Amino acid sequence: MTPTRKKRLMAVILILIGVGIASALILTAFKENILFYKSPTEILDGDFPKARNFRVGGMVKKGSINKSTTSLDVNFLVTDYANDIEIQYTGLLPDLFRDDQGMIAIGKLDKDGVFQAEEILAKHDEKYMPPEVADMLENKKDEQ
Amino acid sequence: MNKTVIKALIPLLIFLSLVILLYSGLGKDTRLLPSALIDKPIPEFNVPSLLTGKRIDNETLKGQMYLLNVWASWCPNCRIEHPIVTEFVRQNIIPVYGLNYKDEPADANAWLNQFGNPYKDILVDIDGLVGIDFGVYGAPETFLIDAQGIIRHKIVGELNPYNIQNEILPLIKKYK
Amino acid sequence: MLAEIGQFTLVIGMLFSLLLAVLPLYGYFTKNDNFMHTARPLAYMQFLFILVSFVILVTLFVIQDFSVQYVWQNSNSILPIRYRISATWGAHEGSMLLWLLIQTLWTGFVAFYSKSLSRGQIARILAVLGIISLGFAAFVYFMSNPFIRTIPAPIDGNDLNPLLQDIGLIIHPPILYMGYVGLSVPFAIAIAALIGGKIDETWIRWSRPWTNAAWGFLTFGIVLGSWWAYYELGWGGWWFWDPVENASFLPWLAATALIHVQAVSEKRNAFRGWTVLLAILGFSLSVLGTFLVRSGILTSVHAFASDPSRGKFVLSLLAIYAGGALFLYALRVNKLKSKIGFELSSKETLLLTNSIIFFSACFLVLWGTLFPIIAESMNYKISIGAPYFGSMFFLIMIPMAVFLPFGMMYKWRKDEMKRVVTLLLPLLLLSAVLTVITAWYFELYKIRSISYIFNSFPVNTGRIKAITGIFGSYWVLTSVLYYFKVYKGNLTRAVWGMQISHFGVAIFIFGVTMTEYTDFEIDSLMHPNETKIVKGYSVEFKGVEKKQIENYQANIGHFVVKKNDEFVAVMEPQKRVYVRSGNPMTEAAIDPGFTRDLYISLGEQINTQGGWAVRIYIKPYIRWMWGGGILMMLGGFWAATDRRYFRMAKKRKQENIDTYLAS
Repeated sequence: MTPTRKKRLMAVILILIGVGIASALILTAFKENILFYKSPTEILDGDFPKARNFRVGGMVKKGSINKSTTSLDVNFLVTDYANDIEIQYTGLLPDLFRDDQGMIAIGKLDKDGVFQAEEILAKHDEKYMPPEVADMLENKKDEQ
Repeated sequence: MNKTVIKALIPLLIFLSLVILLYSGLGKDTRLLPSALIDKPIPEFNVPSLLTGKRIDNETLKGQMYLLNVWASWCPNCRIEHPIVTEFVRQNIIPVYGLNYKDEPADANAWLNQFGNPYKDILVDIDGLVGIDFGVYGAPETFLIDAQGIIRHKIVGELNPYNIQNEILPLIKKYK
Repeated sequence: MLAEIGQFTLVIGMLFSLLLAVLPLYGYFTKNDNFMHTARPLAYMQFLFILVSFVILVTLFVIQDFSVQYVWQNSNSILPIRYRISATWGAHEGSMLLWLLIQTLWTGFVAFYSKSLSRGQIARILAVLGIISLGFAAFVYFMSNPFIRTIPAPIDGNDLNPLLQDIGLIIHPPILYMGYVGLSVPFAIAIAALIGGKIDETWIRWSRPWTNAAWGFLTFGIVLGSWWAYYELGWGGWWFWDPVENASFLPWLAATALIHVQAVSEKRNAFRGWTVLLAILGFSLSVLGTFLVRSGILTSVHAFASDPSRGKFVLSLLAIYAGGALFLYALRVNKLKSKIGFELSSKETLLLTNSIIFFSACFLVLWGTLFPIIAESMNYKISIGAPYFGSMFFLIMIPMAVFLPFGMMYKWRKDEMKRVVTLLLPLLLLSAVLTVITAWYFELYKIRSISYIFNSFPVNTGRIKAITGIFGSYWVLTSVLYYFKVYKGNLTRAVWGMQISHFGVAIFIFGVTMTEYTDFEIDSLMHPNETKIVKGYSVEFKGVEKKQIENYQANIGHFVVKKNDEFVAVMEPQKRVYVRSGNPMTEAAIDPGFTRDLYISLGEQINTQGGWAVRIYIKPYIRWMWGGGILMMLGGFWAATDRRYFRMAKKRKQENIDTYLAS
């Protein structure tokens, strides 16, 4: 092999290694961050990721919001009008979080079957409903 | 065609598959909220009237074309919609019934006292069960129901002069 | 009456777009001078009529004509006048009219500043821009007409979304659209050149200032968007990797790649095909962004009210523009081959690498944004968490920062790697020393965050990322400064522009790294006269007061912030309820600073003893991030004014006269 060829080969190998590592890292990041969306019914059927975060969505059940007066703890029920899941959250709630409104929570289910939310998203304006929630409610209705 | 040209077609092909993907995604849009109940009879119900306390069921309302307006005192957009419903009733085209959705009767009455009652009668649906049967997502929503009790149209969100003019009135003409 | 006039001028404007799309091209193909000469006047007329139409819409808002549906939906009688004006582009219909206005404005600019081009060239470029305007004019008129009346006229209007009642909204969309739409100019130039069948370096040279200017606007638009989200959404974030944000970031990445590759294709006449493809990609992504935001296909915090039929229309426009462009590219590809050689060890290679890095970033952001749609078609409901974008961005930006100084120092065609390495080695050492000092001073080695990538790994990548980021920043910074030492003498504006932008990159990286890895956040329940110590700041809560202001009711929190017993700031975050719509909104209080921002937002009342939920943030060096962005923008604008583009213009004029006389 001539020196130039050798150099070129080295460059190619280095580039391949670099690109390989970057792709592996990005793929891992991608896989780690796929968030599944589940409805309360699916969760009660056991159809949800056990060890990692996922999203649960539905309507906040009327009258179920229970706010602590001594801390930022909140718990409430999310419903798809067939089943409910209890959600526990600590922190500031979004502006439009309230009874009978669509919302999405990100977090994990603990061993008592309570969803420990890390983040709560509510719809951003009156007319908006998260499409997943609308879709899910639509399906519920079709089943009836 | 030579090799270069064939290679040059690759971006175009990738782009076209993207367009197809996006187009198929569009069809799935759920925010249009199509009602599975359009052109079907209204679901069965038997609930008290907010005004008289008498029972109302799906048979009671048959024999006339009417609007069923889903509202609640907790719903800010119902307040926006209220003057438009009132104006529509004043024009005396068809009667408007209310479905008081997931509301406390006391709150609902207070609301009516404050803003006025445009409704011919009001169905009470405290737990939202009638709402579920109608496929209601939230308030306000309005259903156009013909004399045979068939749902002809549904408007999600508030009534406004625009959708009354372009959606409700033509359908009233059509099904009358 | 006024609304009808607006409608009418819109139609006239659209007719001028139609003529502009047809006549000059017809003239070009039939070699008819008279038809070709119509291009400029048509471009001006098109702009004029759309401008009148837009001014009428603004007037309708100011005089509060609620019989116009769009005015009724987005404003009301108690809305302050400044927001009545900005409400014009606050919702879908008006913002599309603004888009169209800006499209015709750029077309007008091109018509005005193109004296150096031949008739055939300007006819083709303006015609392509006319085709684009025509599509958007039709979209405004048929799919989102803001002038439609409602009968009977309502007494009062709805409310403008409270989030949008803000100075940020008044300036953000116009600037961002200047960027989006500006990318249609390099696109049109590329297409016009493809139609003519010849792309040489003069074409590319002529397209460079336009690309730089559009890129500058886009950069500024994104900075404004980030700043707006930061203070207006009220939750302390500055970038959420939300589809709407990605929609503005995608064309930016493509345009950045385009700018770098244009340097090669102009100076060395290489990579012409790649230049054309990136020009097509840039504008296509602008349109794709519009599609994603307005079709309702993706969920987003600040999506416009959506409508699938509008989505179909924008998708068709995208299919016609990008599909047509790519088809034309395939037809003409044989003429784009470059025969100019260069060595592996050269500036060409490095700039190519740069464009590939930005292209990959663009692809990965697009992938993350569209993946939920792909999964949806297989009946999985998923979303991609922001950490994916975060880690991806880091992995892409690090090689970018590492290669940047090499790209700057390498010579065209062929260079000795040894020479450049010797040149840069001292800077490497200097950056390493500075990084160590910084890491020690800010205690970066103590960062605890475990990365999202390696949840299962005991590796503290937060620490590694922070230190790498700081190093990248110094590496770019020192090499920019060193560049001036090496290349003394008269630098052109283009070079100055480039270096201002690169300086901005260094500042930006520093700001992002410090903000992301050393920020501090606490959510807590606070009672009146309670004090919290946050990173050396003592924050005392004085209580909440109710007040009626303009068109909202406000709960105003009072906080007194001190550091080492010295007064720092009084901060008054608000929780508002808008009277007309009943919508609540969080308005954060921010005490900005050169080295840190204090940020307090008010949650809700927790108990009757006056206890409120409070979020307190310390955001170190967050201003540097936006400052870096603004420097990048300034660099883009400065480079666009380089004399070379205009000198060439004069020369070209002479050539035109010569060819004309010869023919």
